[in-house]
Amino acid sequence: MSVKKWMTVFVCGLLVVAQQAVADLTIEITQGNDKATPVAIVPFAWKGNSALSEDIAQIVSDDLERSGLIKPLPRTEMLSLPSEPKEIFFRDWSLLKQEYLLIGQITPKGDAGKLSIRYELYDVVRQKRVLGEVISGSQNELRSRAHYISDKVFEELTGLRGAFSTKIAYITAKRESNTRTKYELKVADADGRREQIILQSYEPLLSPSWSPDAQYLAYVSFETGRPGIYLQNVFSGKRRQLTAFKGLNGAPTWSPDGSKLAVTLSKDGNPELYEIDLKTYKVRRLTRHYGIDTEAEWSPDGKKLIFTSSRSGGPQIYQMDLASGETTRLTFEGGYNARARYSPDGTEIYFVHQKDGIFHIAAQELSENRLRVLTQTPLDESPSVSPNGSMLIYATQEGQRGYLGAVSIDGNIRYRLPSQLGDVREPAWSPFLN
Amino acid sequence: MELKKYSKTLFFGATLAVLAGCGGNAATMDQDSSNGDVQPVLTNDGASSSGAAGDSAVSSEQLAAERAAQEARDAAAAMPEVNTIYFDFDQSDIRSDSREILDMHAEYLMANPSVSIVLEGHADERGTREYNQALGERRGNSVKSYLQLKGISASRIEVMSYGEERPAVMGHSKAVWAKNRRVEVKY
Repeated sequence: MSVKKWMTVFVCGLLVVAQQAVADLTIEITQGNDKATPVAIVPFAWKGNSALSEDIAQIVSDDLERSGLIKPLPRTEMLSLPSEPKEIFFRDWSLLKQEYLLIGQITPKGDAGKLSIRYELYDVVRQKRVLGEVISGSQNELRSRAHYISDKVFEELTGLRGAFSTKIAYITAKRESNTRTKYELKVADADGRREQIILQSYEPLLSPSWSPDAQYLAYVSFETGRPGIYLQNVFSGKRRQLTAFKGLNGAPTWSPDGSKLAVTLSKDGNPELYEIDLKTYKVRRLTRHYGIDTEAEWSPDGKKLIFTSSRSGGPQIYQMDLASGETTRLTFEGGYNARARYSPDGTEIYFVHQKDGIFHIAAQELSENRLRVLTQTPLDESPSVSPNGSMLIYATQEGQRGYLGAVSIDGNIRYRLPSQLGDVREPAWSPFLN
Repeated sequence: MELKKYSKTLFFGATLAVLAGCGGNAATMDQDSSNGDVQPVLTNDGASSSGAAGDSAVSSEQLAAERAAQEARDAAAAMPEVNTIYFDFDQSDIRSDSREILDMHAEYLMANPSVSIVLEGHADERGTREYNQALGERRGNSVKSYLQLKGISASRIEVMSYGEERPAVMGHSKAVWAKNRRVEVKY
């Protein structure tokens, strides 16, 4: 049995790879915002010879539009395409009712393919430069530089830190036959582009969770024939198995200081929460109840856990104070509330909520018992909050296919990241990378 | 909690190294930079987990398997034909329509004391994945308790949950969900 299982793994090929996936995700905005700030993002001038592989201004425009808070002017409506201050005619942009103007240019820098990128943001009403910088990068860093510019512009215009340079991790499942499904753990930019396969397996993969330093993913893999919790460095691909307890080994999430994991184990007979110290490997049991306790997440201050428990019948969200063990029920509306995540400031939670037999993503402030439903598609799962707290990414279904959706925390802005291959599920938004 | 060097990691690392030849940048196991030890895997007890069997373990296992196979052949006429029982949404209670099926398995197991089983618990796609992992295990445990009440030793029954990851039927209808909320008895 044991040898046979291992041969299966060997033959089927569990691959740890870092390769560019063929299919990228494309963004489709399904619901916008009327009050978004109008900004003209002019194509950046390119002073080199051969064409650039990326259109920086377009990437910035897409990023900002997706936030729902900024409305980029379509290029076809621009009356001029300035790339330097002296080329700007503010009257043109006021006529077009633009509040801000972003211009820039890219120039070759030395021989080794290095580029110099200058961008400037102008306040059209005050006719004044409000932001400007020269940054450098190589051809294959153009997308990263564009997301950096998006972060800067977004912060200037909204006061909120931009999360365009972050990553998302998710699982895809592709059914190859009735008995064979290929699971892949992937990491992509927050806009779904530059997707990379981190792990492939023909046994289930689930529950990816980012370490607070965004270097590691914890996840569950059935590659040995049984569930185990694994830790993997996203950049080097190095991985190790952390747990192989009898029964469930699931739902890993990192403490905010990165020193511990909260996990679900059933080694003592019942699904309970435990914390594992990642230095000493000490395992401490946190819950004792005959119901299901699972899907823990740490509060941003590390002092509390929220988790799903069936102790009152159906699944509901509970919060535990880690020092005292005191546990309180948080959700009361509806018969199914599960897998909650905190907002970055810890004042609100987002979770899966069943209403009239349909599963939505809902939000609830911790100071209140009332929840608000954020999504309208059925079978919505796995909400994950952007590190600036402005958006949620989640998994949903349309027809026979799973895809990733995003919604602003006020529910007013929505977009989707459709996948070209297989089911997409369990998105996890990374922390800030810098 | 016992910490144990994980003998399997060497084999596992070798596997990955072999795969590296055909699959691009394959990973190696994460080494502890301070002493070069492989990281421990946390397990219930000191017993090596599934991958670490040596030659002797394999041959005794094979002998046991052959013996079991012979006994299974001897009693083949009595092997129950229905191996799947179904559950209600978010429930792990044994439904009355499942009892007869489980009684047949209990009888078969009583008549074949060397046979052991794995109970695979499953959930439908609705609800969250980790909760469904736990629910699948609860369903498996319900069946295990039922069989124990019928006199089958717990040591002959292993419970394994796949949650919603292994649907029996694809689709999103009530009929499909009903087919996927199940425990499969595997001999």
